[in-house]
Amino acid sequence: MSNTPYLFENLRIRKLLIIAVSLIAAIILATPSWAETTATASNAAQEVDQAWWLWPIILLAVTFVMGILAVLGGIGGGVLFVPIISGFFPFHLDFVRGTGLMVALTGALAAGPSLLKMNLASLRLAMPAALIASISAIFGAMIGLAIHTEIVHIALGVVILVICIVMITARKSEYPVFPHADRLSSAMRICGIYQEVSTGETIDWKVHRTPLGLFLFVIIGFAAGMFGLGAGWANVPVLNIVMGAPLKISVATSKFLLSVTDTSAAWIYMNKGCLLPLMVVPSIVGIMLGSFVGVRILKITKPTVVRWIVIGLLAFAGVRTLLKGLGI
Amino acid sequence: MANKPESRLTLQAEQLRYAGIMEKGMFFGLAVLIVTFILYVTGIIRPYIPLNEFSRYFHKDVNSYLAETNIDAGWGWIKMLQYGDFLNFIGIAILASITILCYIFIVPVFWKKKDWVFAILAILEVIVLLIAASGLSAYY
Repeated sequence: MSNTPYLFENLRIRKLLIIAVSLIAAIILATPSWAETTATASNAAQEVDQAWWLWPIILLAVTFVMGILAVLGGIGGGVLFVPIISGFFPFHLDFVRGTGLMVALTGALAAGPSLLKMNLASLRLAMPAALIASISAIFGAMIGLAIHTEIVHIALGVVILVICIVMITARKSEYPVFPHADRLSSAMRICGIYQEVSTGETIDWKVHRTPLGLFLFVIIGFAAGMFGLGAGWANVPVLNIVMGAPLKISVATSKFLLSVTDTSAAWIYMNKGCLLPLMVVPSIVGIMLGSFVGVRILKITKPTVVRWIVIGLLAFAGVRTLLKGLGI
Repeated sequence: MANKPESRLTLQAEQLRYAGIMEKGMFFGLAVLIVTFILYVTGIIRPYIPLNEFSRYFHKDVNSYLAETNIDAGWGWIKMLQYGDFLNFIGIAILASITILCYIFIVPVFWKKKDWVFAILAILEVIVLLIAASGLSAYY
């Protein structure tokens, strides 16, 4: 009996070790010198030609680890994919952003149906925000593809560092309390009810500050389109802290929202020719498999340590991307 | 009189319909993507860009890649479906079309409920996504 906690503790440590080892392997694989060599030296490129199959396998392995880390770190795969792959791999940012959007889109499409059926993702809350975000994502994508890659690298580096700050500092409120819903949300009947499984409680929710929240989705959509990032890191604080939706509703609606925002941006990247199947398919499959494993690990581990590893990894990738843009 | 919580917990028709289409589309799109990818990488269907030339292009910007390979932007891939690499775009296009389809199918539900605001929002979203998908942006 008394051995049980010890056993679980051991299991946790073992799982964390597996994650840490996988992470280290991913970083070794993504050594900048190795990536740059393959990108710049034509001789090296010729060598890689002989083993073209290595690229999809490496992408599959790295995105598999990313899928695990994304679940444990409580973020979307897309936000990890773009900075890490563009920062440490020889793929051009145009293709990385296109692939990143497909990764985020597929993840959102996979999660969306269950979240909608469980009544956690709210169509009424998502639709106005989705319309605004998808319009601005189109502009973001078009502008992002039109300006110099170095500028996008610099801006992406800055955005990634901002995401790290948001992840560290953002407050979360399980059930935000505010006196009454605003006029716009009342008129549009943006409200709902869901059952909290852990307590069996029925929770009525409403939102406030809808105009401000919707305005913020202009910026979120633009960033998602410009950098090919999933925007869950920004959606959740806006829905939860700014608009006052319960945390569960915010997280689920944010995931669903990505399926709309990323659809509009993904089409722009696809029509521009930014999707290479040899990058897209292994990345999608890798992230999905990693997410399945991540969910299983999540049940038995405390993800706090992993969350800090993810933030550290993101910050590292952000600095690397920034330096890449500055030509350092 | 206010509805009982149990009845209010019932899923809205539009949400249920959206989830159903999304689920089926997702599985179908992913299956097509994986099958076409296997056909591509195994060489069963010949690719336009030989697999061993992949690393020659992936570090170039998209405009150089398109120019050097003579690939048309926009919906140009439709004309190249006989090649293994372009076959993959069917699965990608299905995945990118699911949301449009979901929105089209929930318009009548909102309309029937006389929920005009959300019916219009859904129609506008369809228009926006169709503009994105049209390929017009590829020429700007």
